[in-house]
Parts: sequence; C-alpha cells; structure tokens
Amino acid sequence: MPHINVDETLPGIRSLMAFSPDTAEPMGKLANLLLRTNEGLSMAEREMIAAHVSYLNDCFYCQQSHGAIAVCYLNGNEALVEQVKKDYKQADISDKMKALLSIAGSVQKGGKHVTEVQIEEAKESGATDKDIHDTVLIAAMFCMFNRYVDGLAANTPTDLSTYPLRAKQIAEKGYGNYIFSTPQPASIINK
Amino acid sequence: MAHIEVEENVPGIRSLVMFRPETGKPLYELAQVLLRGESPLTEAERELIAAYVSKRNDTMFCTMSHAATSRELYGSEKNIVDDVLNDVQQSEISDKMKALLNIAGKVQILGKEVLPEDIEAARKQGADDREIHDTVLIAATFSMYNRYVDGLASFTPTDPEEYIEMGKRMAEKGYVTPK
Repeated sequence: MPHINVDETLPGIRSLMAFSPDTAEPMGKLANLLLRTNEGLSMAEREMIAAHVSYLNDCFYCQQSHGAIAVCYLNGNEALVEQVKKDYKQADISDKMKALLSIAGSVQKGGKHVTEVQIEEAKESGATDKDIHDTVLIAAMFCMFNRYVDGLAANTPTDLSTYPLRAKQIAEKGYGNYIFSTPQPASIINK
Repeated sequence: MAHIEVEENVPGIRSLVMFRPETGKPLYELAQVLLRGESPLTEAERELIAAYVSKRNDTMFCTMSHAATSRELYGSEKNIVDDVLNDVQQSEISDKMKALLNIAGKVQILGKEVLPEDIEAARKQGADDREIHDTVLIAATFSMYNRYVDGLASFTPTDPEEYIEMGKRMAEKGYVTPK
C-alpha cells in the first residue's frame, strides 16, 4: 500500500504525478527531453541506461517500464534489454554504450564514483561531451524517479504482461502531462 | 576540472545548465516549484532538507549553497541549520521535522529503505500526506542534483563567502535559469 493517499487505479510514478501535478510538469518535460531524442544517443540507448540504473536501484516498476519501452524501440529484442540491465559487459552493444553504462553505474552509486579513466574510455570509444552529459543526467534523473516511486511505496503492477501495453503508449506519444490523465490500458484489461 | 567542456569558473549546476539549457530549464523549474511553491513546509525547512540530503551525499557545492539559503530564510534562528547538519537528534528542531529528516535520510540511501514505521512516526508528530510527499521528493531530487553536479565534476568554490552571497540570492530570487 502506498505511504500516502493516492489514486489507486494509477500505477507507479503516475499516481504520484497525479497527486502533485505542479512538480510532475517539469519532471515530465525533463524525461521527454532526455529520453525522446535520437541526437547522439538513440531513444533505445537512452531507455537502456534508464532501465539499467533502475535495475541497480532495485526499482521494480521503473526497470520493468523502461525496459519494456526499450524493447519497443528495439523491435521486440527482449533478450538484449534483459542482458543490458543485468550484465551489459556481455551484451551485444557498442563499446561506446558499454563505456557509458559503466559511467551510469558509477553515478548510481554516487557522483564522485565517476573516474577520469571512465570518461577517457567513453571519449576514446566516440562519446561526445553531450553523450556523457546526457548519460550522467539520465542516470541521476532515475536515481530521483526510483527513490520517488519506492520512497512513497507507489503501487507496482506485478503482472508483467501489462508493461508492454503501457510502453507502446510512451513509444508512440512520449512522456508528458497526459500520462497521468489518460487511462492505463492495463487497468482496462484488468477490469 | 569538469569531465566535460563547460564554462570555467562558473560553479556547480550553473555551469551544467549553461552547457545544456534545454534540460536546465525543467531542472530549475522543478527546484523552484518544490522549494518555493505551495507547501505546508516552510521554504527554510525545505532548503534544510535539501542541504541535509546533499551533505549525506557528500556534495559540497549543494550542501554549502542550500545551507546558506536555509540560514538566510531562518533569519534569527539560523543556528538551527548547522545544529541539524551536525546532529539532527541533538538539535532543537521540531519532532515533526526530526521525523521528516529521518525519512529524507532513508530516501537518500534508497527508496525502499523508507518503512511504514518511519511514515507512522512522522504522522504521530502531525505530518500530513503533503509534507511526507514533499520531503520524499526533495530528498529524491537532491539525489539527482548531487549526482549531476559530482558525476560531471563541476567546479566547487571553496571560499565560504561565495556561498553566503549565493544563499542571499537564492533566498531572495529563488531558482532562475542562468543566462
């Protein structure tokens, strides 16, 4: 049960955003800007960073949701996303992505864990300053979202089949205010 | 030196926001609405939660700047800020704030660390849903800001005078995106 009184038909962060629309607005904008562009890093790569950090933070709702969104962008390649979440070093991704995921993992522990060597490796494998910036900020942003969701014990759907339906909405329309005012496809099915 | 090429001598998050103004805008808007918008917690209390979490994350820039802002906002009671940062339990802050700072400290570790009994303890001291929500979200957002600032190794001034000025500006003007 959530720690505060929120709309129980809304899962995860959406229930919190509905509780506090004023703070939800800049959070939604930030998510859109960082996750919904293919500039430098693709949308799939950005969502994989999000899913990996959420996995490290043990946030079930966020790792399932963002994992499912990455799968959408990758035409259903669930195995790759699972591998990136749990053991990206063995995954079939670019060296640049491996270097950036290593930085994201350090950010998850604490900003000071990021080393010069990690930055150097990322740059050598082709990462630009903007790629590094976006990786650090995506990782930092999910350290916020994960804590917000779990810190208030937001409802977390345990039926894994509901996540891909939700992911499709995000893949098509992106993030934004509408996400807490439109019905969850999963909840319609549950009824 | 910062990990990416940002304007030199511009401190902390300001240099990062100038590097990427598009994301800087919602980052500042979030701070403004959360720390200055409507809330049953005072601005001074909210800045103190921010400083407390930043200190636990060992982010000097955010700790010093938000502590300075909180001192400005507490005015004649400004000693409470350093008392809390030194030792919450020994400080003379209200029992409600002690319970909320306990929750903020748990969020700083990880969301799941917050247990029903932590929430219960805050409610017993009179905390309502909004206060609990704002406390958790402030702690969560500073878990982001701190990582952003340190993860890119942005410039951290060491002169305490600079932070006093920063605190005055932030107390008076709030969070205005740097140009």
